[in-house]
Amino acid sequence: MTSPKLSVRGVSKVFEGASDGDDVLALAEVDLHIGEGEFVSIVGPSGCGKSTLFNIIAGLLEPTTGTVSVAGHDGEPLLGSVGLMPQRDLLMPWQSVLDNTSVGLRLRGRSRRAARREALAYFDEFGLKGFENRWPSELSGGMRQRAALLRTFLGGHDLLLLDEPFGALDALTRRAMQSWLLGVWGAHRRTILFITHDVDEAILLSDRVYVMTGRPGGIALEERIDLARPREHAVELDARFTAYKHRLIAPLDSSPVAAGKD
Amino acid sequence: MSVLLPVAVAVIVLVAWQTYVSVSGISSLSLPSPAEVGASIIANAELLVTNSWTTLQAVFIGYLIAVVFGVVTAAIIHSSRRAEQALTPWLIVSQMIPLPAIAPLFVLWTGFDLRPRLMLIALVCFFPIAVNMVDGLRTADPALLNVLRTMRASRWQRFRMAQLPAALPLTFSGLRIAAAFAVLGAVFGEWVGSNSGLGYLIIAFNSQLRTADMLGVVVILSAIGIALYGLVTLIERIALPWYHVERRRERKK
Repeated sequence: MTSPKLSVRGVSKVFEGASDGDDVLALAEVDLHIGEGEFVSIVGPSGCGKSTLFNIIAGLLEPTTGTVSVAGHDGEPLLGSVGLMPQRDLLMPWQSVLDNTSVGLRLRGRSRRAARREALAYFDEFGLKGFENRWPSELSGGMRQRAALLRTFLGGHDLLLLDEPFGALDALTRRAMQSWLLGVWGAHRRTILFITHDVDEAILLSDRVYVMTGRPGGIALEERIDLARPREHAVELDARFTAYKHRLIAPLDSSPVAAGKD
Repeated sequence: MSVLLPVAVAVIVLVAWQTYVSVSGISSLSLPSPAEVGASIIANAELLVTNSWTTLQAVFIGYLIAVVFGVVTAAIIHSSRRAEQALTPWLIVSQMIPLPAIAPLFVLWTGFDLRPRLMLIALVCFFPIAVNMVDGLRTADPALLNVLRTMRASRWQRFRMAQLPAALPLTFSGLRIAAAFAVLGAVFGEWVGSNSGLGYLIIAFNSQLRTADMLGVVVILSAIGIALYGLVTLIERIALPWYHVERRRERKK
C-alpha cells in the first residue's frame, strides 16, 4: 500500500505487576497498517488487548516497544492526532445533545454558536433530528451511540478509532446501526479502525479484517474482504461471506481466551 | 400534595402537644402550650424581626465565606495527590473542633462583633461543602476525560467542561447540609459573643424563665432553617436541570 494512513510497527505493551503479581504482557509485537479512507476492523475476544492497542494508538498509553505513526501528523504528539470513541457513549449529561456533539469544534476554537450551527447540519443524517436541545438522558441507546459517533466525527481527526460502538445495543438495533454506519462512512469516507467481537459485523463493514488473539495480544490473521461496495445486510447470505467467516473464525475458536479456558 | 403532607404532620404534632399540656396541667414554665407560644411570637413580633435580620446577615455572609473556602479547598485537594494527602487530615480536624471550645476563642481573638460569628458559621459550613465537592470531583469519568484529551482539551478545559459539572450534584448536597448547619453556627456564635440576634434572645429569655418566648424564638429559627434549605434546593433545581430530568426518568422506570 502506498504511504499508509496509520502505521503500527512492532508495538508491544507490558504492564508492570502490582506488588504481588508478575508483569503482564498485554500485547506482543503488533503490526498493522491502514490506508487512507479504508475501513479496517479488528476482531478479537474480550481481554485480548484490543482496547489496550487502541489506547496506545490514540496516544493515551505509551507502548513498551514499537512505533505508531499517523500520516499527516508526523512530529506531532500522538494524543490529539487520532479520534477515539470508547465503548460507552460518554455523553456529558449536563450539556444538550447539540453541545455534546459540537464539543470538538468548540475545543478547536469555534464559537459556541458557530459550533452548534456546524453540528446541526449533520443531525438529520445521524438520525438525531428534533433532539438538538434535549439532554442525553432522554435519548435511546442507539441515538446515544449515534450522538457519540457524531461527536467523534466532528472531533477534527481524519483517523477514527471506534471501540465496539454497537456492543451494548440489542441485535435489531445493532443491525440498523450497521446499515446506517455503512451509509455514513460511504458518504464521508473517513479512515476508520473498528473493534468488534462480532466476526459478521467485521466482514459486513470492513475492507480488511485483522484477527487478534489474546494473552498476549497479537495479530493472528489478516484478511482482505473483497465484497462489492456499497454493502447491505443481504451480503451476509453470500457464499463468499461465509467463506470469509470460516477463515476468520478459525484462529478465534482455537484461542484459549475465546474458549474461556484460561 | 407534597406540601400537604408535612403540614399535616405539623398539625398532628401541634394537636398532640396542646392536648398534652391541657391534660397534664404541666407548668407553662416547663412546657407552654402551642397557643402560648403563638401568642408570644405575635407579642414579640418587632423584637423577632430585628433580631432575625441580625442573625440572617451573619448566616448569609458566613455561608458565602464557607462556600468560597470550601470550593477552593476542594479544587486544591483534587488537583494533586500530595495536596490531597497534605490537606485532608486538616479538613477533618476542622470538623472535630468542638464549637463550645472554639467560639469563645474567636471572640477573644476578634472581639465582640460580627467577625467571630462569621468565623464560626464559616467553620461549621466549610466541611460538608468541601468534602462533598471533593467526592463530587471524583465522580468525573476518566474515560470521558480521555476522550477530551484526544480532542486536545487543556487541563483547565477538562476541569471546566467535565469535572466541575460532574461534581455539582454532590456539591449541592454539601451546600444543603451546610445551610442547615449555618443556623446552628449562628446561634452558637451569638450565645458566646453577641448582644443581639435570635441566639442572644434565647439566652436572654432563658435567664428570665420566659419559656414560651424561648420556644417562640426556636420556632422562628426553625422556619429560617427550613427556608434556607429550601432556597438552596431551589437554586439547585435551577442550576442542574439535567440532573433532575435524569432522576425523574429513573424514578419512572
